[in-house]
Amino acid sequence: MKAYCELFNLTKTYPSPNGPAVIVKDFNLRLAEGEFVTLIGHSGCGKSTVLSMVAGLNSITDGGIILAGRELAGPGPDRGMVFQSPSLLPWMTAYENVMIGINQVFFTASKQERHQIAEYYLSVVGLADAMEKRPLELSQGMRQWVGIARAFALKPKMLLLDEPFGMLDSLTRYELQGVLLELWRKNRITALMVTHDVDEALYLSDRVVCMTDGPEAEVGDIIHVNFPRPRNRKEVMEHPDYYPLRERLIEFLEVHAHRRRPKHAAA
Amino acid sequence: MRDSTVPTAISASAVAVTPTPAKLPSSNRVAFAKFDWLLLPLVGIAAVVGLWFALSATLSKDLPNPIKTWEASKPYILEPLAKRGELDQGILRFTWLSLILVAKGYLMALVVGTPLGFVLGLSKTMTKALDPIIQVLRPVSPLAWLPLGMVLFLGAGRQASELAALFTIAICAMWPTVLTTAVGVRAIPQDYLNVAKVLKLSRWNTLTKVMIPATLPYMFTGFRLSLGIAWLVIVAAEMLTGRPGVGGFLWQQYNALVYEQIILCILTIGVVGFILDRLMSVVERRFKTI
Repeated sequence: MKAYCELFNLTKTYPSPNGPAVIVKDFNLRLAEGEFVTLIGHSGCGKSTVLSMVAGLNSITDGGIILAGRELAGPGPDRGMVFQSPSLLPWMTAYENVMIGINQVFFTASKQERHQIAEYYLSVVGLADAMEKRPLELSQGMRQWVGIARAFALKPKMLLLDEPFGMLDSLTRYELQGVLLELWRKNRITALMVTHDVDEALYLSDRVVCMTDGPEAEVGDIIHVNFPRPRNRKEVMEHPDYYPLRERLIEFLEVHAHRRRPKHAAA
Repeated sequence: MRDSTVPTAISASAVAVTPTPAKLPSSNRVAFAKFDWLLLPLVGIAAVVGLWFALSATLSKDLPNPIKTWEASKPYILEPLAKRGELDQGILRFTWLSLILVAKGYLMALVVGTPLGFVLGLSKTMTKALDPIIQVLRPVSPLAWLPLGMVLFLGAGRQASELAALFTIAICAMWPTVLTTAVGVRAIPQDYLNVAKVLKLSRWNTLTKVMIPATLPYMFTGFRLSLGIAWLVIVAAEMLTGRPGVGGFLWQQYNALVYEQIILCILTIGVVGFILDRLMSVVERRFKTI
């Protein structure tokens, strides 16, 4: 497999009174171009730490990340980030929230072109009529839509999703998963998502990477999800592999995630 | 995994139990409730005026009673824009002079205080370096600052008293702006800063598009508190510099042993301060971005 994005020996430690606390240790992962990979694990296992290191929001202690042939250093708009809370700027309208990124990335484009990009992505997620509304006037789900539109509008090399649907009710979550899948299919952006929802992981991903519990979290198991695309929820759930895969994931989370490696010298 | 279904039956049954209060409204009580917003303050005012009468008749014989005060204040109130002399003007004229001085000093406080608050909010080093100084200077009274201002601007000749007054107003009024702005900057949600980081906004854009809008509500709270203090300081500043204005007038009349207008000045200062505060809270609400 030719890696488009490669995380090698990614390690994160924080200083603590009892010597450095190792959150993630020697985390290795290769993503092919256009692949959708999900990191799954218990809360606090370090999966979000991995994601925020890829986003450049968290410094890397050791190891590195290569994206499209270049080692990453710091954050940048080449990685579109969708946060768990939509993180919209509340004093800007939905349109302005999308535009602020577009202005930054496509500064060479004409005003007209930039406007069209924003308008296009907001309409794709069904917010054509709500462009001039501020986040407080939008529902939780609509806000996350704006967050997703903002990420896609930048035509990033990679999409990073940090439990993007974690704060939504299940109906809205299903709806948004569908929209995300559709957008992703049209754009084929390499995506890395963090979740602890097993069904969400299976529905969206090509591969699910199970992480062991921290400290010193690492890759525990990798599950290939080969449901045909384009997917729809009903077909996926009726696929003969669905329940075996689901069982395997849950079993991992219930049993193997807690497996502790022999303690390294901690200081 | 996570269970998103929440039992809703409990909440439904809990609501219905609230008993309806027994109502026994006599028609009088209703009428009273309708006008209590007007009646109760009037009762309060009447009580204070009564106390004032009593005081002036018993304990402090030099205090002019309300009727004398009103008689002596009438020319200043009924001809609020008259100018009979530098320190003998209608009350609105005095108020206007005071307001101009306060506006100047207040603007200086904001111009200095807001950036200083931002610097303190952004930099832990600066906070550590400056916080002790601020904490020590903050409680210093305007009466103490004014002589220092006079010394500072001695070289300015005839302008000295105005500059000293402005200096005093500015330095006393700026602390709430400095401190609340700093608090506001520290309280900017990490989410917003992450957005700026991920989009790689320039420092200037991060400041103007993210940090300042996120801090605005705090800044305006500071601005409102600062205006209150600036107005509070005006009396001290005018007293000591002898400048015409509400405070200067008050002090001059006291020194001339004319006590009748002291209460007039106090009430004017109070009413103006109240109006300024109301105006500022309207502005403050307008800038609630979050």
